[in-house]
Amino acid sequence: MASKREKTSPCLKNCLFAFLSGGAVCLLGQAMKDLFALLGAEEKTAYSLVAVTLVFAAGLCTGLGFYDKAARVCGAGLFVPITGFSNAVTSPAIEARCEGAVTGVGSEIFKIAGPVIVYGNIASVIYGVIYYIYLCFAG
Amino acid sequence: MFDKAYISCCAAVGGALEKRGPLGSLFDITAEDSYFGMDSWEQAESEMSRLSVNMLHKKASLAEKDVDVMLGGDLLNQCTATGFAANSLPVPFLGLYNACATAAEALLLGASLVSGGHAEKAVAAVSSHFCSSERQFRFPLEYGSQRPPYSQNTVTGAGAFLLEQSGAVRVTRALIGKVTEKGITDANNMGAAMAPAAAQTLISFFELTGERPTNYDAVVTGDLGREGSALLAKLLESGGIGVKGALDDCGLIVYGPECRGVNAGGSGCGCSACVLATYFWQKLCKKEIRRMLFVGTGALLSPRTVMQKQVIPCIAHLVELESI
Repeated sequence: MASKREKTSPCLKNCLFAFLSGGAVCLLGQAMKDLFALLGAEEKTAYSLVAVTLVFAAGLCTGLGFYDKAARVCGAGLFVPITGFSNAVTSPAIEARCEGAVTGVGSEIFKIAGPVIVYGNIASVIYGVIYYIYLCFAG
Repeated sequence: MFDKAYISCCAAVGGALEKRGPLGSLFDITAEDSYFGMDSWEQAESEMSRLSVNMLHKKASLAEKDVDVMLGGDLLNQCTATGFAANSLPVPFLGLYNACATAAEALLLGASLVSGGHAEKAVAAVSSHFCSSERQFRFPLEYGSQRPPYSQNTVTGAGAFLLEQSGAVRVTRALIGKVTEKGITDANNMGAAMAPAAAQTLISFFELTGERPTNYDAVVTGDLGREGSALLAKLLESGGIGVKGALDDCGLIVYGPECRGVNAGGSGCGCSACVLATYFWQKLCKKEIRRMLFVGTGALLSPRTVMQKQVIPCIAHLVELESI
């Protein structure tokens, strides 16, 4: 009875906003990459610089308090790119500062991003093992 | 049934969003700063609770030593907001927890103590703070999380009531609710989880007393929001109780019925406390409302039980109020 009544999120509108904002973030990233390349960075370094800059920008916006407001509108558009990860690490850190550097920030900073790191690592180990076996046979 | 229990005075403190809501001008104190001048959200809620009790003392020209007991609670772990507020007052203190039904619980117990002659003056004080609740029950404030349209917004507010053997509003009867659940596990849809508890309490009250909803000027639930209120109306009608237009909900009053920017309305124990201490208190004093039922609704969950996918047990306490 309750679930029948539940108003669903406006799917099409959310998808559109996510598509546009996610696209905008990627466009910004690409522009930055070209800029860094223009300034003389190697292609690989330019990509790393883009990631670092985006993470920093998202962290700064979180600290200044407008990331969450933008994310409420943009949804997955801001969540899926690397900016979402940055926000997930900075936001608990900001709140935990009242409990001190070790017991607060130190222990709470990965409260949201923790699972991504744990299972990301596990997945990469599994991938590595499979790749190693593949190389043994293929090589 | 209480012989002699009255609410003689009340005070309400609200946050910035509540100030901009339709009840904004009715609050005794409102603050633009969510921190209330403190360093953390938890301290802010405590300060808010202390402000409401201090305001109550001032309005009723009471000294701290005149208060025999303070009953109260909040949503934080170990009820620290109210406990710390009671420490800074200080008064004899009983801490309570019934989630968002704490306001009704405190009124009910305060009325029993006063009516039974165990206390001359009892203070019931309840608070909730959006930021400290988000932190405890959901995500960090700055995290870009999505909320479904049926979720509710915790009210930043504190309400305090003075119970005595005389006063403007009489607490005539009360009914302690039973804990109930109907299989809802989604902590975002607390209105739906709490509606069966409210329905159960109301149906037993009407059965026990022979009263009908039409005998009251208002039948008000605590914080069912848009979802829960609609479900409650359905549940009552299927229980044979016609309530057409008689039901109201504090969660829908505090931010206005269109709930702009807060999805399905307000929640939290400050929600029912503030709306009773401002909107309904005024109406009771002006005798626009002569008799009303105030039903506090609470979801007895914790973040752990939600993660363990347990159902959400809920409770609803009823208090009957009459203007004198």
